[in-house]
Amino acid sequence: MATDISKIHEKSPWQDITPGNQIYGAGTSKDFMTGEWRTQTPVLDAEKCTQCLLCTPVCPDSCIPVKDMKREDFDLEHCKGCGICAKACPFGAISMREGQ
Amino acid sequence: MERKTYNFKETMSKPERLAPGHRMCAGCGGTIAVRAVLRALHEGDKAVIGNATGCLEVSSFMYPYTAWEDSYIHNAFENAGATLSGVETAYNVLKKKGKINDTYKFITFGGDGGTYDIGLQSLSGAMERNHDLVYVCYDNGAYMNTGIQRSSATPMYADTTTTPVGSASDGKLQNRKDLASIIASHDVPYVGQSTFIGNFKDLHQKAEKAIYTEGACFLNIMAPCPRGWRYETDDIMNICKLAVETCYWPLFEVEHGKWTLNYEPKKKLPIEDFLRPQGRFKHLFKPGNEHLLEQFQQEVDRRWEDLMFMCSR
Amino acid sequence: MGIRERLSGNEAVAYAIKQINPDVMPAFPITPSTEIPQYVAGYIANGEIDTEFIPVESEHSSMSATLGASAAGARALTATSSCGMALMWEELYVAASNRLPVVLALVNRALSGPININCDHSDSMGARDSGWIQIYAENNQEAYDNFLQAYRIAEHKDVRLPVMICQDGFITSHAVENIELIEDDKVKAFVGEYNPENYLLNAEQPMAVGPYATSPYYMETKKGQREAMINAKDVILEVGREFGAMSGRSYGFYEGYQLEDADYVMVIIGSAAGTAKDAVDILRDAGKKVGILKVRVFRPFPAKELALALQNAKAIAIMDRAESFSGEGGPLGTELTTALFHAKSTAKVVNYFYGLGGRDFRVENAEAVFEEIASKDNIEPYQYIGLRQ
Repeated sequence: MATDISKIHEKSPWQDITPGNQIYGAGTSKDFMTGEWRTQTPVLDAEKCTQCLLCTPVCPDSCIPVKDMKREDFDLEHCKGCGICAKACPFGAISMREGQ
Repeated sequence: MERKTYNFKETMSKPERLAPGHRMCAGCGGTIAVRAVLRALHEGDKAVIGNATGCLEVSSFMYPYTAWEDSYIHNAFENAGATLSGVETAYNVLKKKGKINDTYKFITFGGDGGTYDIGLQSLSGAMERNHDLVYVCYDNGAYMNTGIQRSSATPMYADTTTTPVGSASDGKLQNRKDLASIIASHDVPYVGQSTFIGNFKDLHQKAEKAIYTEGACFLNIMAPCPRGWRYETDDIMNICKLAVETCYWPLFEVEHGKWTLNYEPKKKLPIEDFLRPQGRFKHLFKPGNEHLLEQFQQEVDRRWEDLMFMCSR
Repeated sequence: MGIRERLSGNEAVAYAIKQINPDVMPAFPITPSTEIPQYVAGYIANGEIDTEFIPVESEHSSMSATLGASAAGARALTATSSCGMALMWEELYVAASNRLPVVLALVNRALSGPININCDHSDSMGARDSGWIQIYAENNQEAYDNFLQAYRIAEHKDVRLPVMICQDGFITSHAVENIELIEDDKVKAFVGEYNPENYLLNAEQPMAVGPYATSPYYMETKKGQREAMINAKDVILEVGREFGAMSGRSYGFYEGYQLEDADYVMVIIGSAAGTAKDAVDILRDAGKKVGILKVRVFRPFPAKELALALQNAKAIAIMDRAESFSGEGGPLGTELTTALFHAKSTAKVVNYFYGLGGRDFRVENAEAVFEEIASKDNIEPYQYIGLRQ
């Protein structure tokens, strides 16, 4: 059975901590919102975007989802605002705006 | 293995195998490397990911949050090679006994600390025994997790917290260890050196070769660290490009002892171009330190010539 | 009933491994445990078992690979001694905290320095706080029997802890003695198949092992390990009884020898218990009420059970084959004295260090200990046996 990580938090009694700290399941980090770290935010200009996808492999945070060879909007729940994608875009379609 | 043509957009459409929500710094090169390697796994193939202690480990599996979509094991700092040797051997036995049916691939990640230094013995053992696994070093040239101490992968003259630049010090005194050559000397089937260039074709193809070549394979991926190298965080792709164009970080591979240069710059850029954007080399640009830059250039040239010789044999 | 053989302790443990037919054994040679992986490699070379042997490049890697294999879903083990165990120290803790039910065949040998290849218990006693279950043998028969019980204890769902099966270097590991082996089919039925619920290679569900856990989780994790160790007590007894039903040789936390009515008791671990039993026989013939309590299980520490077994003793000699350099007592001495204190014992307690680095412990040494605790009132509480001065 997959671990229900909502039951594991800083107030959990010892009985709820999984033996050996093992986690059954995958990708549970999605529940942790690193987007709160951001001090600047990428903004996509859909008109300028040619769907070349060069912004997608350079993201350290897997925050540019791609479906059927087209990128979707940023995952701002997790994007840390590093700005690498903006610089990698050959068409100036991504700009970084100050703040969250 | 038949080399597939690289379809960039199709590759980018594959399901993500490293989930967001890990705690690596904004702009980290480590997870860019991880994502690129994992994209080379064929869909339907399962994997067990190993990891040496380091930034990647403490950030990607902070209890109870795992960023890995595949099974994952971290054991300790110096033993990623041995740990995955055990996993891979277990797979062979359980498969032989008919207890499991699925195809699994085994990939372990370590920083240069866990790979060049404290984990070198364990890595050497795993390579020599030729386990069917891939060891990926994401090389950022220092112990970043503990706060930017020098490693044997740190380039000469870099300013680190254990080789600080001062009135009596120009930074690290020694040249970096050439780990790719050391691993190639283990007579393993595949060694590849790469970094982040363009649409990641070079890295993708090397990762695919490493994963789908039977036996112990090794990838050395330069993965810049904005904190440790002190460049503008969003500049990572430019830094990687300059590393390749100056021949500081050549792209090459070694298949069963046969060395191949994968890219030769049309015009080799001076090493200053790679060093200048990085705060860790700032002191080299002070008046009176020209000889240090010259020495650095000589070392790059010497290694490049050695590589050209290996690739011409 | 059983198969009569003559084997050394190392052969006996290797034979147990052969009968269990585990999945993965990484190992690195070190005297005096080297023969164990050699025998296993031989079984593999002759196609007698399915085990995969990994000839690793160090003991740190042997335990690392053992843990990788165990997490992957395999039944795994390794063997070592002394400095080999010291090199895998970090991994001993990782094994226990990750709750991986691996088994270590430990052949006890003195730790450096100076380098010394002979028996004492400094290696395993140093690891007493690593979270492993520790079971000690007096002779090759017990080493064999203990090994056959190890996985049943380690893999029990209420335990899931690594188990160290200890035997004395050379004295047990290399001395050939009579032994009664159990038939293969009985061993197979007793040990059973290993089918973990969660493992890395479970295609139905991935698993993540070995996280970074911050302080809000660490202490609760340790409590979980503590509970598992406490749970192990019942499991060890249950497995020991079941083993007895199969083989005629039952096992508990300790063995008493002339203990019942003894006024003067020696508490001891391992092969030296055999020597001490001879001394007891001699002294009993002379009408002295002396006895032995041989500790089999040191982790979990059966404090209450040992104190209860010693409740009628007037004086107790606690024998340590390892220094702890506290300037006071050794590992067994300190822990047992604590147990006696909590049990409100008024017995006289003396803690002797003996046999370090293979120093002989003879019948006359044991006799002298009994005579000292029976006859003197103000005895130096911590003493070395056989020390030149």
